[in-house]
Amino acid sequence: MRRIVVDEDLCQGHAMCQLEAPDVFSVPKRGVVEVIGGVTDGNLEAVRLAVRHCPTGALQVEED
Amino acid sequence: MTTLTTPPRVSGGQHEHGHLEELRTDPIGLLHRVHAECGPVGSFDLAGRTVVVLSSAEANEWYFRTPDGVLDQAAAYPFMKPIFGEGVVFDAPPERRSEMLRSTALRGDQMVGHAEVIAAEVERAVADWDGPRDIDLLDFFAELTIYTSSACLVGKKFREQLDGRFAALYHDLEKGTDALAFVDPYAPIESFRRRDEARLEIVKLVEAIMADRGPYTEEDRDLLDVLMSVKEKDGSPRFIADEITGMFISMMFAGHHTTSGTAAWTLIELLRDPDTLAMVVAEIDGLFADGGSVSFQALREIPILDACIKEALRLHPPLILLLRVAQEDLEVGGFTIGKGELVAATPAVSNRMPEAFPDPDLFDPMRYLDPRNEDRNNPWLWIPFGGGKHRCVGASFAQMQLKAIFLVLLRQFTFSMNQPSDSYRDDVSKMVIQLQQPCSMSVTPRVHS
Repeated sequence: MRRIVVDEDLCQGHAMCQLEAPDVFSVPKRGVVEVIGGVTDGNLEAVRLAVRHCPTGALQVEED
Repeated sequence: MTTLTTPPRVSGGQHEHGHLEELRTDPIGLLHRVHAECGPVGSFDLAGRTVVVLSSAEANEWYFRTPDGVLDQAAAYPFMKPIFGEGVVFDAPPERRSEMLRSTALRGDQMVGHAEVIAAEVERAVADWDGPRDIDLLDFFAELTIYTSSACLVGKKFREQLDGRFAALYHDLEKGTDALAFVDPYAPIESFRRRDEARLEIVKLVEAIMADRGPYTEEDRDLLDVLMSVKEKDGSPRFIADEITGMFISMMFAGHHTTSGTAAWTLIELLRDPDTLAMVVAEIDGLFADGGSVSFQALREIPILDACIKEALRLHPPLILLLRVAQEDLEVGGFTIGKGELVAATPAVSNRMPEAFPDPDLFDPMRYLDPRNEDRNNPWLWIPFGGGKHRCVGASFAQMQLKAIFLVLLRQFTFSMNQPSDSYRDDVSKMVIQLQQPCSMSVTPRVHS
């Protein structure tokens, strides 16, 4: 199982993750990122890119 | 039970205003000395006020995670108020500020449009470089970044109404950031006098642009049109030229001297390291061999160029000292901080901690590649953009812009130093650090087969 962990202290709402993986991340105009979908084999690469490109390092994927 | 004490005070500071004189002449030396003598939590005396200086991963993480209401930016930058004017940015309460920071202009989905605008501006800046010539790094990058930031943040129509005069006046604003402002932001010194004159002149330029504005269309509408169209209940304009100018100056400020300085330092460091420069040029040539526009490439990973920009930022952070004011009594690392004291994070010191960055004074872009990843592995010490909620909201924009600049410059030209390598250095006498002039380079067009 893979789980997305958001550090809400760090998220500034840049929405870069939403560009990489729109079915997993949604960033409202106000507030912090919302995780709207799970990690699947199909979107794993996109989620990894989202984690990598988060300007504030607010995202992590944890493997159980 | 542990007893908390105040942070140790660094040596020196026997002048009337404590360590102010040293802050005005050798700020980086002062900050390194605080760390060397006092450890990760030390202090100096800024005209009778204690500045608590932090320089460890733990202390920095505490600093960057502490909310605005506890460590406030508003009162920490007295040298900005005469530049922005009343009621702009730092006068706004924390909630309003975070809302402004989220302004949609810097969201990820706007970056494609910005990349196109920036690529076009860089191409335009070098359009007449058809033979060998000399450029002054500060003048060139400072003017270029006035055009890119005004075009992206205000709009293309406004940018077209600016010329070199605006850039020169803006430079006088930036030079008006002497730390003497902590004693008196209107002290009778030359740089403050020029700052105030330059602001009045910029207001006049904006007034003239406003007087010239007619009706706009949906396509060519820019932020100036929008602000001019806001009316009071009685139908009179809501904003006068002075207020609009203040908004534009403040919007452009954070991204101007910072990007301009980083572009210059990336180029200088590359010329000091010919092997790395050759790798970057080969990397860029490879991208263009694959096709694709500058704006498209600037949004992609360009691993070695990305790493060179990061390394220039680490060694030459445009902001060496980040300031907040404690809104209550606090403690960090076993030391007390009193309400009203200034608290500082120190990119200039933290970025060179040897435990995080081996051989810290060496320009070594490879430290960012797998498996070293020294920036990602040290998020509270690699802090050229600050960290946490206050991390520079323009960081992605800045990195994209710098990539666009070097994609154009290094694809089309070769550069060489016109001065001894160690004569390129920063003028650190103001809170806004800029390259010291002269900083001349010669440029020659490349011949592509």
